[in-house]
Formats: sequence, structure tokens, C-alpha cells
Amino acid sequence: MTQRAEWNEAEASGIINELKHLEGATLPILHALQENFGYVDRRVAPMIADALNMSKAEIYGAITFYHDFREAPAGKRVVKLCRAEACQAMGCEDLVHHLETEQGITVDSTSPSGHLTVETVYCLGNCALGPAALIDGALVGRVDKELLDAVCAERPHERMEG
Amino acid sequence: MSGWKGDQMSTSSIKIYIPRDAAALSVGAERVVKAMHDEAKKRGVTIEIIRNGSRGMLWLEPLVEVTTSKGRVAYGPVTPKDVASLFDAKFYEGGAHALGHGLTEEIPFFKNQERLTFQRVGVIDPLSLDDYIAHGGFAGLKKALTMSGADIVQTVADSGLRGRGGAGFPTGIKWKTVLNTHAEQKYIVCNADEGDSGTFADRMLMEGDPFTLIEGMIIAGIAVGATKGYVYLRSEYPNAHIIFREAIQIAKKAGWLGKSVNGSGKAFDLEVRLGAGAYICGEETSLLESLEGKRAIVRAKPPLPAIQGLFGKPTIINNVMSLATVPWIMANGAKAYADYGMGRSRGTLPIQLAGNVKRGGLIEKAFGVTLKDVIETYGGGTASGRPFRAVQVGGPLGAYFPSSLLDTPLDYEAFVAKKGMLGHGGIVVFDDRIDLAKQARFAFEFCAKESCGKCTPCRIGAVRGKETMDQVIAGETAKLDLVKDLCTLMTDASLCAMGGLTPIPVISALDHFPEDFKPAHKLAAE
Repeated sequence: MTQRAEWNEAEASGIINELKHLEGATLPILHALQENFGYVDRRVAPMIADALNMSKAEIYGAITFYHDFREAPAGKRVVKLCRAEACQAMGCEDLVHHLETEQGITVDSTSPSGHLTVETVYCLGNCALGPAALIDGALVGRVDKELLDAVCAERPHERMEG
Repeated sequence: MSGWKGDQMSTSSIKIYIPRDAAALSVGAERVVKAMHDEAKKRGVTIEIIRNGSRGMLWLEPLVEVTTSKGRVAYGPVTPKDVASLFDAKFYEGGAHALGHGLTEEIPFFKNQERLTFQRVGVIDPLSLDDYIAHGGFAGLKKALTMSGADIVQTVADSGLRGRGGAGFPTGIKWKTVLNTHAEQKYIVCNADEGDSGTFADRMLMEGDPFTLIEGMIIAGIAVGATKGYVYLRSEYPNAHIIFREAIQIAKKAGWLGKSVNGSGKAFDLEVRLGAGAYICGEETSLLESLEGKRAIVRAKPPLPAIQGLFGKPTIINNVMSLATVPWIMANGAKAYADYGMGRSRGTLPIQLAGNVKRGGLIEKAFGVTLKDVIETYGGGTASGRPFRAVQVGGPLGAYFPSSLLDTPLDYEAFVAKKGMLGHGGIVVFDDRIDLAKQARFAFEFCAKESCGKCTPCRIGAVRGKETMDQVIAGETAKLDLVKDLCTLMTDASLCAMGGLTPIPVISALDHFPEDFKPAHKLAAE
């Protein structure tokens, strides 16, 4: 749960200028912008294109190609739930079903309250301790319904840091 | 442990190892560290906690080890609640406890391995250069610095090392092409976009022994005359990113990276770049596009990356495991490495045992061990205790095998002969609740989501495959002919392995588990 800055053109411009000297600077810039603002505002496309001497289409293409870059800010908390084969073998789809039926949360969307975003990811490299999830950036193994319920209810859980 | 003497206690502090590996952290290693410090303080015991990598026995994480005169003794899985009783049992002297497993290196899962690439993972402090060097680190690089580029490349070729990313292409041949291509700038690119489900060896190595990868990349650079390296790491590995970046800084500060590697006069610098959640970036040419700051669209080959790679320059692009194995080969000789293995698969394979398995983790073995041995002897069967039904080897593009194929040895050619592939060495175990029709559908769905979109067979084929599998699952089994037809087309006409290999899981599911595709099966399951 990190505090994100509001969109600010001067700040975005500063981030771009700081990184534009890198070889192949597009992804480092997009990551830095998302880190700062919580999403990649479309208004950055012409700014990056200008700084890197690339076309707007190329930058827009990169923003939309990669799953990581969000068009809008995520919820206060973000759960990236692994739904790849190793976690399927340990019942991750039951967790998806549970979130939908018990918590009213559809995976790959943000809850109406804006509290929680749940996203599908394919593999977090924790395949022997599945189901796995990245919860607010921290990897959690053997995720179960109780743990997800606690996250949904903003309750602390003994298996979560902080 | 009676060998631990009181006088040793007073002169040396108690050394405890608790991993900083992401898998260990995911089940509470950080909370155990805190509980250990709190408990030690309360009892007035002085302890030193070293944050090592994981030993790879992931069902025992968080695995706490303590140094005794007989070696390191293991306890796990430890929760904060166990810490007081561990102190009561004097675990810091190797005392008996319900969570005790005796000497770490005598645990059968660990003992019966051939750890070459992973020789230091879990053993050393990953960010201590002293520890690294004390355990043989940089011996390979020092040797390489006395050799010509051609001799280094020949050594790698003679070792029989093949690309561990999945394709199994001989590493030495790639290197030789780059060596013989003249250019002012060449690059070494490490493919750390470990996207296959069931794999985590790259992550474990980068978190547990990052200097080995750095050393391997420096050797590659010196061999072919490349002065700049990039590690393309997937963004799903934030912990590896933190540790690896730190390792680069330490190596730079100590002069192992920079304008003159260890005073040799040869330059090599290294940077880590984050991916952005695209599976296709595991394909080498799309990874290069991504590094260049573009959409990760697969390139047609030729030209090979070895001739026109990153920014159009000659580029060695290898998987983490391939590059991290080079220091061992240089230090111990090509023959020592080639002595392991079977057939044309020389050396060892870091096997990753995952999914529904009792004892999952990292098993580095010489090629040739059978699937059955890995799943039963090492893995101990399913985690759920239900009957085994299928195993997928080689990630989302790998085949599903039934129990009748478990005698297949882990060997590139043996897997191809059974219409499967070894890939990056990931093994995902499923119990009898698996529905192979659903898995076949998922293979198409995954391809549809992750296809780069450049070639039609993959871009359209995957979507049509998913739709058609939906119809099959709904009872229109005659549509299976269409699925098979589509698979033939995707195999023959896709530009890269993404579309070309997606049919492997589909066809293997159909071949080995036809009962899951019959309408009767669906009725019985409901």
C-alpha cells in the first residue's frame, strides 16, 4: 500500500529526462512512471516519443503491449494471483471462484469501493508452494481462502507482513 | 550434537542461516528472523543470522540452519511459534527437536544430487564476495583471463553445454558465431525472463548466488570481446531484482565489473533491466526488441542474434542457467562437465519439481534420471495424497504425460521422442482431479493472451483453438478433428516456439487422456 502521486506533467517530464540517456529507455521510463503515479497516463506517450526520438505510435504500442502497465490507477491494495499450471494443480481456480462468489470480486478488475484490485499473473516462480500471489508486492505462498478474505476485509493476517 | 564444546560457544557467535529466497519469504522467513532475534535477546544469547539462498527443499521452508562442528544442522518448516521451543531444545547447538532433520547435506533429497551450477546456492551469503571467493568463486574467470577468446569458446563447446532456456542449442556454437563476427560493439544478454510455470531455477540462482551469473557473463564478454551485458529479468521477480542489483553494485565496487575487470585491462559492465509481464519475452528475439524499448514482437531469423542481435550488434543471448554454469566449466574443465549426463545431453539439469507434489523444490541432477524417480523418490508423490494422474514437463508449451511414460529419462532427445520437451526443466505434478480437456483449452487461452501477434497461425490459431475447445467441452466432440487440424497448422506455420509448440500440450492431452474429451466424462464429472 504505497501512496501514489497525482498526475503531474512536470514530474513526468523530470522522470523521462532522468532516464532518456539509457539504451532502449522505453521500459525503464514506463516502469518509473508507473512506480510514481501508480499507472501510465496516456498523456506521456508524446512526451516519451519526443525525448527518445521515436514515434507516438511506437510508445503507445509499447504501453499497451505489456501487461504490467495500467491505464488507470489500481485499488489501494493489489493482489496478483498466479493462475498458471503449477498453481492450477494446487487449486488456484477455486480461489478465483471464491473471490467471485463470496467476495463479489471479479479477477482482473478493481472492487467498486476502489479498495482492491485482483489481477491474473502467469507464474511468480513459487511453483512448489502454490497457490502463489503477490500481495502489495510481497510474494505469498500457499494462499488460501482465509488469507484472501482477510485481504478483502482489510483485516490483518498472521501470514501477511504489516 | 555432542561435538559442540562449550569453549567454542564462548569464542564464536552462533551462526544461523535463514533464507532471503523469495519462496522462503513467501512462507514467513522474515517473521522467523524477527522471532529469532527477539528470542535470542530475551535469553541473552548472541546469534548471527545469515540470509542465504534456499537449499531448494522448498517444503521445508522456512528452513533454519545452524552451524555445528559436524556441519550445518537443519530445522524446518519453522514458524515464529516454534522459535521458543527451538531455543529450549538448544537448537543452536544442534539439539534434538521435532522439526529437526539432522545435517542438511545428509537429507536424502539434497544428498542425492549433483550440484554444479547450484554448488553455492543456499550455502553462502549471496552478497558476500569473501564468501563467494572462499567457495571457489571467480576461479573460472581467473582461468579465463589467462586464455584466448577462442580457447574459452572451445572449452564451452567441449563441455557439451546446451541452452538451458529450453531450446537446447549448443552454447559453444552461439559463442563461436559471435566471436567470429567482427563489430565494434558486441553484447552479452542474459535471458532471465523465466516465464514457464513450474520453473524457478533462474530466480533461485539470482537470489542465492548472484555473483555466479555475473561471473559467467564476464567470461562470455571476455571470450567474444563484448564489453556490455544486460540481464533481462521478469518483473514478477521483485526480490531477485533487489538482490541482483545489489550484487552488481558490490561487484562494481570491488572492481570485478567496470573498465578493467579485476585489473585485467579488459572492460565489462552489466545492467539489469525489468520486463513488463509479457511471456513472449522469453523468446530471444522478442526479448531483444523489448530491451531496445519496443513492443516485444518476434523477429524472423535469420539474421541470427549472434550476428545481428541487440541494436543490430552481435549478441550472445543465453539463459541464466547456461551462463551460470560457465564458471564451473572454466574452473573444472570441459571434460569434468561432459562426464555427467547421457547421450547428447551433457552435464547436469537443474530440475524444478512443482505443482501438486509433497516435496517440491530444486534438484540438480545429471541428465538421465527418470521422471518416476524425480516425482516419487524425491517428490514423495502428490501433496494432496490423491492418486497421481498427469505431469506437465517443460512449462506451458510442454506435454502432459500419464503414468505410463514416467520411465522417460530427463534428456532432450528422449523427451522429443515421446512428443514432449524438456524445456527449462520444470515438472508440474497433477493429481486425479485434473481435467485434460480444460488443460488443452488453457493451452490455447494462454497462447491467445501471450501471443505477440506477428504471425497469423499463432495470433488467430490460438483464439480459434480456445473457441473450438469450448465447443468440444460442451459436447461437440466431432470438433476435435478441427482442433487437430489447427494444431498441425500452428506447428508447421508459426514463426516461433510460442505458436509452434502450443499444440504440444493439446495433442499430448488428446493422445494420452482421450477419456477426458468424451461427453460421458463430463456427465460423470458433474
